[in-house]
Amino acid sequence: MNPIGNLNKIFESRIRLGVMSMLMVNEEISFNDLKEMLEVTDGNLASHLSTLEENGYLKVHKGFIGRKTNTTYSITKNGEKAFKSHLAALEAMIRFNQ
Amino acid sequence: MNEQQHLDTLSDIKRIMERSTRFMSLSGLGGICAGISALAGAWFAQRILADYKASTGRNGYDVVAGGAGSPAMELFAKLMLVAGLVLVAALAAGFYFTWRKARRQGLPVWDASARKVFVNLAIPLFSGGLFIAGLLYNGLTGLVAPACLVFYGLALVNASKYTITDIRYLGLAEIALGILGLFNPYNGLFFWALGFGVLHIIYGTLMWWRYERLPAER
Repeated sequence: MNPIGNLNKIFESRIRLGVMSMLMVNEEISFNDLKEMLEVTDGNLASHLSTLEENGYLKVHKGFIGRKTNTTYSITKNGEKAFKSHLAALEAMIRFNQ
Repeated sequence: MNEQQHLDTLSDIKRIMERSTRFMSLSGLGGICAGISALAGAWFAQRILADYKASTGRNGYDVVAGGAGSPAMELFAKLMLVAGLVLVAALAAGFYFTWRKARRQGLPVWDASARKVFVNLAIPLFSGGLFIAGLLYNGLTGLVAPACLVFYGLALVNASKYTITDIRYLGLAEIALGILGLFNPYNGLFFWALGFGVLHIIYGTLMWWRYERLPAER
C-alpha cells in the first residue's frame, strides 16, 4: 500500500500543521499565543484557523477579558484523530523510503 | 515531498510542541549567581547571629518577641535586611541571565510557557511567604530556614512540568534538605546555605554544562 494516500492535504500548510501541533499539547490556546509562536500576521492566521474550523478539527471559544475579546482555540476529537493519522503517515513514508 | 522534508516536518512538530509547553530559557548561570549571593548572605547572617550571641548570651534561633529597640528586634531587622538583599540580587541575576539566554535562542522571554512557569512557581512561594510570616509572628524563628527550603522545593517541583525537567531534582533535593533542617532547628542557617547556596551552584553549573555552553566553549 502506498502510504502517501494517508497524508492529509489540509496539513500540507506549515502554519496549519503548527497550529495543530500546539493544540495537541495545550488544552486551550489564545489567538495571540498562536500568532506569537508561529510568527504570522493576523489575517493569515485567521484564514488558516477558519479552514481548520470548517473541517471540524478545532473549536473556537469567544470570551472576554474585561472589555477586550479573548478568542481561544482547542482541538476536537476529530482533529486529534486526523493529526495522529497524518503523523503516522509521515512516519510510514520515512520507513517506506528506507 | 521527499524523505528529508518529512523528517524536517516531524522535527518541526516536535519543536513546536516542546516550545509551546515548556519554557526552555531558564539559565544555569543565573542559578550560579543566585547561589553565590545566598552564600554571601549566609556568611553575613552567621556573623550577625554570632554578634548577637556574644552581646546577649542568647541563641538567635530562640528569639521570641521583644519590643521595639530591643536586641531581639534589632537582630530581626538586620537578618531581614540581609535576606531582602539576597532575594533581590538572586532574582536580578536569574532574570538577567534568563533574558540573555532567551535572546540568544531568539525566543520571547515572556510567552505563554513563561507565564505558566511563573504562576506555578508563585503559588507555593506566595503560600510559603505567608506561612513564614506566620512562623515569625509566633516567634518560631528556628523553623524559618526549613520552611523556606520546603516551600521553594515544592515550587520547583510544581513548575518543572513547564520548564527544563531537571529542575524537578533540584526541587526534591531542596525539600529533603528542608525536612532534615526541621529536625536540626539550631542549624537552620547551615541547611539554608546548603540548599540555596551550594545546591544552586551545583545545579547551575550542571545546566550550563549541558545546555548553555557556546560551541566555542565546548
